[in-house]
Amino acid sequence: MIIPQFCSWVQNTRMASAIRTSTWLFPTIESVHVLAITIVVGSAAMFDFRLLGIASRDRTVTQVHREVLPWTWAAFACAVVAGFLMFSSDAVKYYENGPFRWKMFTLLLVGLNAAIFEFGPFRGVSRWDSEKKTPLSAKLAGGISLVLWVFVVGFGRWIGFTKQ
Amino acid sequence: MLPNFCNWLSNTPLSMKIQTVLWIIPAVQTIHILCVAIVMSTMAMLDFRLAGVTGRSQPISHAVNRWVPWVWGALPVMLLTGCILIIGEPTRELMNPYFRTKMALLAIVVVITAFVYVRNKKEAYWESRAVAAKFAGAFSLLLWIGIVTAGRWIAYY
Repeated sequence: MIIPQFCSWVQNTRMASAIRTSTWLFPTIESVHVLAITIVVGSAAMFDFRLLGIASRDRTVTQVHREVLPWTWAAFACAVVAGFLMFSSDAVKYYENGPFRWKMFTLLLVGLNAAIFEFGPFRGVSRWDSEKKTPLSAKLAGGISLVLWVFVVGFGRWIGFTKQ
Repeated sequence: MLPNFCNWLSNTPLSMKIQTVLWIIPAVQTIHILCVAIVMSTMAMLDFRLAGVTGRSQPISHAVNRWVPWVWGALPVMLLTGCILIIGEPTRELMNPYFRTKMALLAIVVVITAFVYVRNKKEAYWESRAVAAKFAGAFSLLLWIGIVTAGRWIAYY
């Protein structure tokens, strides 16, 4: 596999060494990462709550989609960049860490669930856009998304307690 | 006084339990962060609306009523989970300048949010005070960012 080689290469770059040796760089990048994640998870949850018919019920599903998902994507981009910088500082250890792998796997499932929803039930949203009671497929997508995000945050936190 | 209290607290059976059971602290932190996610997202939406940057399809008064109740719902959960973390590691939290900064910023932002919320009950209160609304929005967003940042830095003192 090429990943372990990439990990040992990236942690020896000047950027990674700088993050590793500085006293303030890592916590600063981590703060940006946490701030970005709070926006990602919170804004995704708002849309999920609308899909479940729990919140924003006076607005159409497409309105909430338009309103919150740009926040999710913008913050996700920040979280990925900050996350990658943290990863690079000790790449081999992160790659070997169980909770880190579970977090990445769960993120993959989040993406898969969102893609299935966008190209599936959301295609026919015009039929239930303003309904307070959304169809089961939409509720499932929202519920699965919420549960997966909880695990993403949980595994993320767990990395800090398990990484050697 | 406070160091003695921290010492006493960390020797109580409850604190010992939190210290020794490996999963309690990360699990409680996860719930804490999920609540922070709700607060940060709703407050970002509200503060950007107050500042007149996004969400202008809905009047400020609607935005306040839509987003602020999430904070009142999430705050008690954050206080509870926060208390569990303090009981588990009293000295690490209570004697920590980042923790104290975080609490001070939190107190200020709660007062501002409550003020925005209560005044909003008067019709078109914030609509007719665009500059004050902008200031309240920008200032509280900065405070929330400071709270999350200080919270993360507790671990690095």
